[in-house]
Amino acid sequence: MSVSQMSVVRSTEQLGKAVLDHTESWGRSWLFLFRTILAFFVPPFRLRLLLIQLYQIGVNSTVVVALIGLFTGAVLAVQAEYTLSKFGATAFTGSAVALSLIRELGPVLTALMVIGRAGSAITAEIGIMRITEQIDALRSMAVDPMKYLMVPRFIAGLIAMPLLTAIFICIGIGGGYVVGVGLLDLSSGTFLSQMTHAVGLVDVYSGIIKSIVFGFIFGWVSCYKGYTCGFGAVGVNKATTQSVVTSSVAVLVVDYFLTSILTRVLM
Amino acid sequence: MISVRNVSKRFGEQVVLQDVSLEIEPGLTTTIVGPSGVGKSVLLKLIMGIMTPEKGEVLIDGESITRARTEREKNRIRKHLGVLFQSAALFDSLSVYDNIAFPLIERGGYTREEVNERANKLITALSLRKHAQHFPEEISIGLRKRVGMARALITEPDVILFDEPNTGLDPLVGQEVYDLIKHCQDDWNFTGVVISHELPEVFQVSDKVVMLLHAQVIAEGTPQEFMDSANPEVQQFLHGRTDGPIKIQ
Repeated sequence: MSVSQMSVVRSTEQLGKAVLDHTESWGRSWLFLFRTILAFFVPPFRLRLLLIQLYQIGVNSTVVVALIGLFTGAVLAVQAEYTLSKFGATAFTGSAVALSLIRELGPVLTALMVIGRAGSAITAEIGIMRITEQIDALRSMAVDPMKYLMVPRFIAGLIAMPLLTAIFICIGIGGGYVVGVGLLDLSSGTFLSQMTHAVGLVDVYSGIIKSIVFGFIFGWVSCYKGYTCGFGAVGVNKATTQSVVTSSVAVLVVDYFLTSILTRVLM
Repeated sequence: MISVRNVSKRFGEQVVLQDVSLEIEPGLTTTIVGPSGVGKSVLLKLIMGIMTPEKGEVLIDGESITRARTEREKNRIRKHLGVLFQSAALFDSLSVYDNIAFPLIERGGYTREEVNERANKLITALSLRKHAQHFPEEISIGLRKRVGMARALITEPDVILFDEPNTGLDPLVGQEVYDLIKHCQDDWNFTGVVISHELPEVFQVSDKVVMLLHAQVIAEGTPQEFMDSANPEVQQFLHGRTDGPIKIQ
């Protein structure tokens, strides 16, 4: 076999291995999700653990989400006013701010913030529990780690994400209002009336559905990456990075498809 | 009490255990020794049912944990077992008291008073009273081992598995852990399985010694029989010599 043929064989081997590894990992992640969902329906139901996770994911993320919401709303007002002024339509600034926040930026930016703050923490925590044998200890004590560790985090993500999104949107609209009316001299009445006129329930439903789906992605990826964490500090480091990158990319990709589907279904 | 029957386990191309069989007799402490990476901890995980062998099975009190089809069934069999992990594997977010009470609370069927009574009895017996409200990061490794021991004992299991109880400890703390094992076995009368490569110190808690090498059991007997063994691999390992049939990889 010539050198070039050997090189082709080696490249094909490597490609095959990479495909197999990814397929296996993909299959494992679905199996993990299936086991987590199954564990949810098996008693005992641990309300205390769920409340702890709601506090960790939800309450502890509130300030940062509110802050980002405030400035996102503010910058949206400036950008919308600038763009709309070119068409003599600054009256629609309130509608533009509210629709952008409710339909798109609220769910997406909240998800990205929560992934960065709480998702990485969940992955690191579960990963460290994995490498210090705490997960093995749970199993040896006849405690299902899926039930004890994953289910509360998963459910807390599903509950907290829409609530945090709502906070983001409300504060964002407030930020947009302050900048639009206070600094850009837009009429308060026009800002609010155009906003309430333009925003319908379908827009709110769209935002809620997106945030629930993003909460699902957040819980799934961050728990799975922690549970399958590799050895030592490097393993935890890698798992945490992968968790944030994978869930952020997944949120943005799923967002496109969800927007396309929801726009057709709900409108 | 525990029967390991023709168990084989491999990771990729590497064969870790090949047709390993051994009997762990009730009331006695069996120590499994061997160089690092020989499959001792894997064997322990197979006994716990958190790994599955390619071949063979592990029976605990006559029931196969290997063939148990559901996690629920495995959990029922695991109730015979308590484990003291190498790093103690305490839960960081729980206090010493909560770590000790944890298995009983999770198992269910006990009143708060019963849990308190059992936990306090162990806290007193293992001299942990003044550390009961501390968190694992606030106490020494020796104390953590004691907490791990109390956690393993609280469900009053028939068998306690010790995964390298002395690795990484200084000689004084190491001896304290051996004394703890002896003391607890006298009081609670469990069957012990100890994984170790600390020779000959570990013999003080051993009734039987099994040596693993080349993925197989190469020697077994009482500590005295083990020390008197004519097997050159046993003698090389026992005396920690680098020259001999065992090659360091």
